[in-house]
Amino acid sequence: MLFLPELTLLGVGLVFFFLSLGEPSSAKVKNVAISLSVFVVFVTLVCLKSEGELFYRAYRVDFFSQLFKFLIALATLIVLIFSDQLTSVKEKVQAEYYLFLFAAVLGLMMLVSSVELLAIFVSLELSSFSVYIMVPMRNKTSGAGSQVEAGIKYLLFGVMATGFMLFGMSYIFGLTGSTQLLVIAEKLNLTFAQPAAVVAIVLVLAGFFYKLALFPLHFWVPDVYEGAANETTAFIAAVPKLAAVALLIRIVTLINAETNAIVNILVICALLSMFYGNLSALVQKDAKRLLGFSGISHAGFVLVGLLTLESTGYATAMYYIIGYVFMNLACFLVICSVSDKGQNVAIEDFTGLHKRAPLLALTLTVGLFALAGIPPFVGFSGKFLLLLGAFKQGHILLVILAALNTAIAIYYYLSIVRVTFCTDSEDRGTIVSSRKNNILSVLLIVIIIVMGVVPSKFIELTTTAVQVVM
Amino acid sequence: MDQLLMNSGFPILSVLIFLPLAGALMLLFVKSEQLCRYLTLVVTSLVALLSLRLIAGFDITSAKFQFVEQHSWIAAFNINYVVGVDGISILLILLTTLIMPLCVLASWSYIKTRVQTFMACLLIMETAMVGVFMALDFVLFYILWEAMLIPMYLLIGIWGGPRKVYASIKFFLYTLAGSILLLVGIIWLYVTNNYSFFIPGMMWQDYPVTAQVYLFLAFFLAFAIKVPMFPFHTWLPAAHVEAPTAGSVILASILLKMGTYGFLRFALPITPEATIILMPYVLWLSIAGIIYGGFTALAQSDMKKLIAYSSVGHMGFVTLGIFVLNIRGIEGAILQMVNHGITTGALFLCVGMIYERTHSRELRSATGVGKYMPIYITFLAFFSLSSFGFPGTNSFVGEFMIIAGAFEFSTVLDKFPYLALASIPGAVLAAAYMLRMLQKIIWGGTDNPDQSWITDLNSREIVVLAPFLFFVLWIGLGPQPFIDLMHASVTQLLQHFDAHHAQSVAAAGSLFQ
Repeated sequence: MLFLPELTLLGVGLVFFFLSLGEPSSAKVKNVAISLSVFVVFVTLVCLKSEGELFYRAYRVDFFSQLFKFLIALATLIVLIFSDQLTSVKEKVQAEYYLFLFAAVLGLMMLVSSVELLAIFVSLELSSFSVYIMVPMRNKTSGAGSQVEAGIKYLLFGVMATGFMLFGMSYIFGLTGSTQLLVIAEKLNLTFAQPAAVVAIVLVLAGFFYKLALFPLHFWVPDVYEGAANETTAFIAAVPKLAAVALLIRIVTLINAETNAIVNILVICALLSMFYGNLSALVQKDAKRLLGFSGISHAGFVLVGLLTLESTGYATAMYYIIGYVFMNLACFLVICSVSDKGQNVAIEDFTGLHKRAPLLALTLTVGLFALAGIPPFVGFSGKFLLLLGAFKQGHILLVILAALNTAIAIYYYLSIVRVTFCTDSEDRGTIVSSRKNNILSVLLIVIIIVMGVVPSKFIELTTTAVQVVM
Repeated sequence: MDQLLMNSGFPILSVLIFLPLAGALMLLFVKSEQLCRYLTLVVTSLVALLSLRLIAGFDITSAKFQFVEQHSWIAAFNINYVVGVDGISILLILLTTLIMPLCVLASWSYIKTRVQTFMACLLIMETAMVGVFMALDFVLFYILWEAMLIPMYLLIGIWGGPRKVYASIKFFLYTLAGSILLLVGIIWLYVTNNYSFFIPGMMWQDYPVTAQVYLFLAFFLAFAIKVPMFPFHTWLPAAHVEAPTAGSVILASILLKMGTYGFLRFALPITPEATIILMPYVLWLSIAGIIYGGFTALAQSDMKKLIAYSSVGHMGFVTLGIFVLNIRGIEGAILQMVNHGITTGALFLCVGMIYERTHSRELRSATGVGKYMPIYITFLAFFSLSSFGFPGTNSFVGEFMIIAGAFEFSTVLDKFPYLALASIPGAVLAAAYMLRMLQKIIWGGTDNPDQSWITDLNSREIVVLAPFLFFVLWIGLGPQPFIDLMHASVTQLLQHFDAHHAQSVAAAGSLFQ
């Protein structure tokens, strides 16, 4: 029962393994994927309250992990629904594509429950390797060769980040003689004055910085976002980030609040992430690349919550990343719908969208304004609460610079809104959006607004989740 | 909590805030364009009628916040939904609610494309604007303050003129950049005030002077851009010129008032010492704005630009009135905010009506229409006279009070003896540029274009302008009821200010002589 969501996913993976043996039609695979994904969401929902430990205390099932599992399943389902056609992946390998997708989801779900270094490593690799394979699985017509480059870059940077992480883990083991996070936390408290402990923690964090696309391990982002199929990018941009934040929270709780060194390092990473992401996004022409850079700056914001080293900060960071996933998915929904043959979408391609597809234009606008942090959307309340928490901890300069970043960021979000709303459609055709996508759009808009206007319920939820870990 | 008069019974303020929003949601389900127009008109008129209840129930002898409603909102961070009205905000709320139906009427035939979106933007604007003047929780205030940018951006960006893209982005970036540091200031206040965002609770506290100065600068940047004060005004002409008529009216009549409202509501009570220290600079910037606005308006050939620059000058009078820090100055400033809302709003409507006929905002192409549009000219003449403060019109009362306040400040306190004198050329310039415009539009010269085809105002347009004229004359001839509304609140504001800082006034006064 404790392992039910993971077992279900394993079963789902097997289904696709057997499907891949035959030559099923694209539509059939798609329907199977969506219905099984709905089932996975249902299972994670049922298991939301289960608690316990497995595998010699290497694997913990608690509300924190179960909530993340539910969110991971939900985000995956959303991606699957709007990536309806999957036009940019060859029909022959679509079953394999889903096999790896669900394997990645399985890895991520295991990751959020892992409380032992080796378990963390194994789950992380399971999810990473599946995604490494998904990236180049784009057909030549839509990817134009960039997909292979993206795949290699993603793999190489990923392996490098994993190397750092393993190195850090070895230090931790050397310092504490244990791989259990709980034991490590106790013993590390005694030796935290040593530089080795700081180095160890920072190196382990690096592995998850990579997943979250945080400076200085963000280099893969623009090329992978651009090179991977739109649907794959949507997945990468949303789902692994949830798991990364979960693990960052688990590891950051190891840090002794009295050590300034790590906090200072995190502050610098957060600021550089924001500035780098926002300034680079200003000049982008490709929508996915732009969202990639904006993702880097948002990762910086998430870190603002984590570096407060207190439970309210973690809870807001969690709230923020959940909100971020929904805003981001809203934007990717539009990107996938606008790109009819699976090609990349330039910002120009949104020209006159208000006429060609009013609902999509509204969804995109809401998503972008939310990402920009304009009230009343979730992006604003998230940023505001994060800054509030950081200010309480005395990071005044960080708060001022982060606030300035919001002002920089608004320009490039606004330039997309401008193209979407303030231009005529010229001779671009209308976009037919399926009924499913329309319902999903409305739902995403509602979630983005509701989370922004009445955040208390969500904050309560994340606070309860975080309390379990503290 | 003793500054609040709780409202029991009908939650009038919440209804005023949320009724337009509900109307915007209803618009989603309306297909016919004509129905959209009627629905919006009905909703805004309903809000206007309901807002009159505020006057009926308002206790003018009390300086407390009235009709207060309080609900918990984000309990974990002690953020509450608190709204209330006092003498400083009541007139601005009424101005907003009464102008909105007229904006809808003014856009009746002007807006032909995407009517549904346009009307939804107007309604969302109304929610945000009314809410800003009522909010007593800083987070609520900030959210509405920022949320307003989106519909206003769309109003300019979609239905605007040829350079709408430039104008709308400039407007958005300027205003957003200005209010970012306000957010940091709010967070500082929250942490310092025992984790509370309650605005009245933040007033008249003993914050350290250095912190006050920083806080004041954050306030100043946000509010001065919104007013806009010289030299932060450059977004205004662009936005005004490109915006559709209703957008210009909202911008001029209501949005600009939020800056000066912000000074009165936040800067004075929260950072009194910093106000005293930085007052001279603000005053001279106001003077600079008055003179600069006047001269620039004199040189314009585009009617909308002319009125936009005149706004810079008029708003300079308002900030001047606020920062002379005496009863006449501040009451005059609040009255002048309302006056400017009425007069400039009406002038923009007048320009819009000409534009609908000639499709040009150039003064040159509108010369000599007086012969063919007698009704129009009558209205225009009254509003122009009001704009430069002709006796008998509303602006005369406001400007007179402000200048009287400035003289009192100069002579009684013996500070900056030339301050009041320096504002006089502004009043003269106003007469010069308004009369120049009026002369050209009514008579023009020998080279007038053929205007014989032009039609006079229709009844809808007369209905739009008549209420403005009514208020121009009412405030001009009998301003007492309006001043009574604000008197208690302003008196209390100044009492607090003087009592709290009598000593520092003296100290700072000697510093700047």
